[in-house]
Amino acid sequence: MSKWNLIIDIEKCEDCNNCFLACKDEHVDNEWPGYTNAQPRHGHRWINIVRKERGQFPLIDVAYRPTPCQHCDDAPCIAAGDGQTIFKREDGVVLIDPQRAKGQKKLVKSCPHGAIWWNAEKNVPQKCTLCAHLLDAGWKQPRCVQVCPTGAMEIVKAEDESMSRLAANQKLQILSPELNTKPRVYYKNLHRFENCFIAGSVAIKLGGVMDCAHGATVVLKKEDQIVAQMQTNEYGDFKFDNLEPSSGIYELEIVYKDLKKKTISIEVTNSQSINEIVLA
Amino acid sequence: MKPAEKLLDAILFGLAQAIRITAAKHKTYKKRIRGKNFIAQIKTLDNRTGRYFNFQPRKFSSKKGIHANADICMIFSTAELGVKLLTPPRDQLDMINAAKDSKVMVEGPDELAIWFSETLNMLLTIGAKFGTAMDDGVMRYTSNTNGGPVFVYVKEDKIIRITPIEFDETDAPPWTIHARGKRFTPPRKTTISPHTLGWKSMVYSKDRLLYPMKRVDFNVNGERNPQNRGKAGYERISWDEALDLVAAEIKRVKRDYGPGAILNGSGSHHTWGHLGYWLSARLRFFNSLGFTPVAHNPDSWEGWYWGAMHHWGHSSRLGAGEAYGTIEDCLQEAEMVVFWSSDPEATGGVYGAFEGTIRRQWLKELGIQLVHIDPFYNHTAALLGGKWLAPRPATGNALALAIAYVWITEGLYDQAYVADRTVGFDKWKGYLLGDEDGIPKTPEWQEQEAGIPAKDVRALARQWGNRKTYLAAGGINGFGSACRCATGNEWARSMVCLMAMQGLGKPGVNLGGMQQGTPVDHRFYFPGYAEGGLSGDYQGTAMAVSLYQRMPQLPTVNTVAQRIPRLKIPEAIMEGQCEGYPTYPFTIEGQFLKFGYPTPGHSPVKLYYKYGGSHFGTMNATNRYVRAYRSDGLDCVINQSIWFEGEAKFADIILPACTSFERWDISEFANCGGYIPHCYNQCNHRVAVIQHKCIEPLGESKSDFMIFLEVAKRLGLGAPFSEGMTELDWCKRLFEATDLPSKISWKKFLKKGYYVIPAPPAAQRPKVSYRWFAEDRLKDTPDLTPLPGDYTEQWRRGLQTQSGKIEFVCSSLERFDPDDPERPTMTKYIPSWEGHHSKELYQKYPLQLISPHPRFSFHTMGDGKDSIINDIKDHRVLIDGYYYWIVRINPQDANSREIKANNLVKVFNDRGAVICAAQLTQRIPPGTVHSYESCAIYDPVGEPGESPDRGGCINQLTPSRMIIKKSHATAANSCLVQIEAWQPEEGGAL
Repeated sequence: MSKWNLIIDIEKCEDCNNCFLACKDEHVDNEWPGYTNAQPRHGHRWINIVRKERGQFPLIDVAYRPTPCQHCDDAPCIAAGDGQTIFKREDGVVLIDPQRAKGQKKLVKSCPHGAIWWNAEKNVPQKCTLCAHLLDAGWKQPRCVQVCPTGAMEIVKAEDESMSRLAANQKLQILSPELNTKPRVYYKNLHRFENCFIAGSVAIKLGGVMDCAHGATVVLKKEDQIVAQMQTNEYGDFKFDNLEPSSGIYELEIVYKDLKKKTISIEVTNSQSINEIVLA
Repeated sequence: MKPAEKLLDAILFGLAQAIRITAAKHKTYKKRIRGKNFIAQIKTLDNRTGRYFNFQPRKFSSKKGIHANADICMIFSTAELGVKLLTPPRDQLDMINAAKDSKVMVEGPDELAIWFSETLNMLLTIGAKFGTAMDDGVMRYTSNTNGGPVFVYVKEDKIIRITPIEFDETDAPPWTIHARGKRFTPPRKTTISPHTLGWKSMVYSKDRLLYPMKRVDFNVNGERNPQNRGKAGYERISWDEALDLVAAEIKRVKRDYGPGAILNGSGSHHTWGHLGYWLSARLRFFNSLGFTPVAHNPDSWEGWYWGAMHHWGHSSRLGAGEAYGTIEDCLQEAEMVVFWSSDPEATGGVYGAFEGTIRRQWLKELGIQLVHIDPFYNHTAALLGGKWLAPRPATGNALALAIAYVWITEGLYDQAYVADRTVGFDKWKGYLLGDEDGIPKTPEWQEQEAGIPAKDVRALARQWGNRKTYLAAGGINGFGSACRCATGNEWARSMVCLMAMQGLGKPGVNLGGMQQGTPVDHRFYFPGYAEGGLSGDYQGTAMAVSLYQRMPQLPTVNTVAQRIPRLKIPEAIMEGQCEGYPTYPFTIEGQFLKFGYPTPGHSPVKLYYKYGGSHFGTMNATNRYVRAYRSDGLDCVINQSIWFEGEAKFADIILPACTSFERWDISEFANCGGYIPHCYNQCNHRVAVIQHKCIEPLGESKSDFMIFLEVAKRLGLGAPFSEGMTELDWCKRLFEATDLPSKISWKKFLKKGYYVIPAPPAAQRPKVSYRWFAEDRLKDTPDLTPLPGDYTEQWRRGLQTQSGKIEFVCSSLERFDPDDPERPTMTKYIPSWEGHHSKELYQKYPLQLISPHPRFSFHTMGDGKDSIINDIKDHRVLIDGYYYWIVRINPQDANSREIKANNLVKVFNDRGAVICAAQLTQRIPPGTVHSYESCAIYDPVGEPGESPDRGGCINQLTPSRMIIKKSHATAANSCLVQIEAWQPEEGGAL
C-alpha cells in the first residue's frame, strides 16, 4: 500500500507564505464534509511557518520551517482520542472526525508539534488534512505544494519501504525523533533551523591598510580534534555549519600565509559571528 | 428600389427574425427584450428604407417602414453603408469612421440607444459558453491579477478557490536554455504572488462597499461640513440618488467654476485587466468630462528618471535599462551577479509573481557568485545566500564611487570600451581621484559615509572588476528603493557609470537579476494595460503605438490642460498653488518643462473624484493628505472604491465598485506595456487570459465601466462612452486586436480562458540588450525607442544622448542647468538632506527608516480588508485583538530603548507618529530601521491628521520634499525617526 509523505526543504523556503495562504484559501469559508469543518478566517496556522535567524549582523542567515500536521504513524493525538476521533487512513493521512471531536479541547495539547488548532466557534479541534478531499478527488498534490514557487515542498506517494530508502538516501530528517511518533513529514537541510554555525571574517592589516584575507586556512577544533577545515573566500569569510547547539567550547585556528597564526576559543550556545579577525 | 435598398430591407427583416429566434432560444435574451416599452427605428437618411422594432413588455414586433414616433432612431447616410455595417463580421474601423463622418447617427435617449445597440450585438454573443465544468457543479474560470493569472473555482455563484494555472497537454511547450553543459527549462505552470492568494478573502471581505453611501452631514443644498470628513458616519442611498447627485455635482462645478474644477486620480494600480483598468475606462470617462488629472511622479523609477536618464537616455523607460536575451546570456556567460537594492523575491519584479525565482535558483546551481547590497538582509539574499553588504541608507553612491576608485587605481575596468563607447570619463575620473575637491573617493572615505568596511569594498571591487558581472539594480531594471531617497538620482547615475566601466553589453556583462529577459515570443502582439484599452486616449497612454490602429475606437481628448503633481495634491487644495515637473517619456528634455497649478485661465479644483483609498499609505508626509480632505478647499469628494478604507472614509459620496472577479476583462500575465515595454519577459510563459465574470457583483456593487456609463448617460455621454457595447463585447474587440485570432478562435479562448503563447525557436529569440551598442552596430533588440529624432548620427545607431554614447558628463544637464548643485553634470557624492549629516534633526531622530515596496501586498491591495494576508507573521502582528504593522529594528537599538519583540512602539518624527509592532532582527544594522510602505488602513487614535495612526501608514513619516527641487520625485527612503515604547495613555495628540 503506497502512502502519502511530504518532504520540505528548509534551504528552499523563503517565507513567501503561499502555502499558508493556499491552505486558508482552500479551507476558510469552505466546508469539506467527511474531512474537516471550515477553517476560521483568522488565527489558525494549519501550516505554521516558524522563523529562525542565526548569527549576528552582518554574518547571518535566516531559515523558515513550514510546520504542518506531521501525519505521524504513531500519533499521540490518535492515542489521546479513542482511536476513532482522530484516526489514520490507510494512505497515511491523519484526520480528525469533527463530530466525534466536538468539545474535546484537550486534543489540541496532545500534539507535540503544536499542529492542532482550536476552533472556538465550531467547538472542534482542527488541523491540516493534507488536502485529503482533493487527493481523493484525483489531485496530484495538496494546495500548499501546488503553490510553492521554490520547490521547497514535495509530495511523495510511496510504499513505506521505498520511502525509508528515499529518506536515507537524501538524508531526510524528521522533527523530534526522540518522541518516536513516526512522522510522515520529512525535512531537508533541517540543520539550517536546528543547528548552529560559527562564522567569521578574516582580515589582514599590512602597512596600515586593512584587507580581506582571501584564502586563509581556518581550522575548527574541539578538544584538540579537528572538526572541520576551510579556506576563506574573497571577503575573508568562513562559516562552519551544522554544529550542535550548546555543544561547548571550540577552537578556531586561522593561518594566512606567513602571518602569525591566530587562535580563538568560542563557546557555542547559539550561532556565533566573529565579524573581524585581524591578522597582522 | 435600388439593389442596396433591397438588400438593406432584407437585412433588417433578418435582424427582426434573429431577435425573435434568439429570444425563443435563450431565456436571458427573452427576459431582456421583454422588460422594455419603446420603439427603435433603423432607416436611411432619405427615409427610403427603414424598419422599426417595437419592444413591448409582453410582445416584440417589427414592421417595414418609417414610424412617426420612434423613441430612438439609428440612421445610415446610405443604404450601402447600412448593408456594410449590419453585415457580420463588422469591421470596427468602418463603424468608427462612419460615426466620425456623421454617416451613422443615433437619435434619442442614451439609455435606449445603448440598450438597443447592446441587444443587437448580443445576437452574436448570447449563449457563448465559458469556463470548464468540474465535478459537483463546480465551474473553473480564469482570471488575472497583479500577481499572476489564475484558475477560479466557483460553485453556486461563490468562489471556492483560486489557484495558479497548470498547463494541459495541448498548451505550448516551454523554452530550454543550454548553459555550461546543463539544460534549463521552466515548469509548465504559472506562479502567483501571495496577494493573489488573498483574493478570495478580499472579495468576501467585511470591508466591501456593497451599496452607495452619502456622508450624513453632507448636504449639497446647505452645509457641506468638509471639516467632518473622516469622522462623520454614512447613510445608505440608492444608486439613482447617488448617480443623480454625482452628475449634478459635475454639472454644477463646470457651470460655476469652469474647466479644470474636476480633479481625478487613483492609486498607481488597480485590479488587473486591460479594459476595466484605470488607464482604460477611467480615462475614457474623465477625458469626456474634461478634468484636472493627478500627474504621477515616476514613482518606482525616481533616480533613474531624474538622474540616470541623462547618462544613457531611455526616456521611454523612464530612465531604466532594457532587458532582452539577458536570461540566456547571464546563464551562459556571467560569473557574478550583484544585487544592489534589488529584492525581486519580495515584489516579484513587478507583476511577475515568482516567475524569476526558479531562474535565480539556477544561478545558485551553476555556482555563480552572488552579492547583495541593501541596508536590509532582504528575501532574495536570504533565499540565495552570498555576500551581504549593508550601507547606511541613502549613501549607496559613496559605495559606488569607491568601487570606481578601486577600478581606476587598480586598472580593473574596460579601458577600450570607455574610450570607444563613452564620453567624459576623464573628468569624472579626476573627480574620483580628488582633483576637484581634494578628496579621493577611496574605500576608506566611503566607510565614513556608507559604513561598509573599506576592506570589503576593495574585495567587492576586485571580485567584480575581475569577473563578467550582471548588475541587478532594482527588482526589475530600475525599480529600486535606493532610487527613492534623497540621493536616489546620484545612486542611479552611478549604476550606469559603473556598468559603462565594465563594458555594458559584452557577453556576461549586463543588467538584471534573472528577473527579465526570458526567451519568450516578443513578436506576438498582445497589448499591455498602459496601451489604454478602451480609453480612446491616444495621447495620454501608449495607445498610439499599436492599439489605436488595431482596435479602432472613438478617440478621447481631455480638454483641460491643468494638472496637479501627485505629491503636491495637499498644497494644491490647501494653499491653492504648487508646481511640478512632468513624467514625460518621449525625450530626455521633457522632464525640464516645469508646470504650475493653477494653470492660467483654469479653475482651481473643487470636485475631487478619487478612485480608491491608497494615498495615505503610499504618498509622503501623508497627514497632509488627511488635512487637505478636512479643509474647505473641496466642495465635494466622491470616492469610487471596492473597500471602505483609507481615503474612501473621507468622501462625501461613495460609489461601490466590484472586483475584477465580478466583471469581464481581458489581459496578459505581467504585460503592462508603456514604460516597461515587453514587461511580460519576466514570465517563463506568455499567458493571455480572458478574465471571466466568475460571479455576480456582490451586493449592489457595479463594475467601474458600468458606474462610469451610468454617470455618462446622465450627461448625455453614454453612447460615445460605451459605443453601444457591453464589457464582453469590448473584450472580444480587444481579442481581435491581438495576434490571438491567428492561433485560437474567440469561442475556444472564451471557453478555455487562457492561451499560452508558444516560445519561438532559439534562432528567433531576441538579441541581447546593448550587445549591438558594445559592438557599435545598429540596434537590433525589439525596443522601438528612442524616437527617430533622438538619434544623432543614424537611425538605430547609438543611444538617445546627444553623443549617442554613455555620457559620464551629461550633455542634457549641461544644456539645462550646468550649475545645479543638486544635480551636477556628472555624478558626485551629495549627502542626503535628511540623514546622518542633518545635525539637529539626526540628534532628535537618530534612526534612519527605509520603507520599500511591500512584500505581501501590492501597494494597498491585499493589506487590511480583513484579508487572510493579515495573518502572515511577517506582514502584521495580532496584539490585543488588533493587527499592527511591523517595524524591524536591530536588537541593539531595541535594547537601548527597552523594547522587546512584539512590543507596541511609536515610530515618530515631526511629521507624524505610527504605532507598530516591533520585530527585533539582525537583518537590519543598528541605526537603521525597516518597515514596508503601502498599508491600506488609516486608523488615527485621535483627530484625523493630527494624531498617531495605529493602522500602519508609515508614509506619514516620510518627507514631502522632492529629491531635487527640479523634480517631482519621492525621497521616501530618506527619513529620520525615533522609536519608543508606545504608551496608550499618551492619548491622541501628535
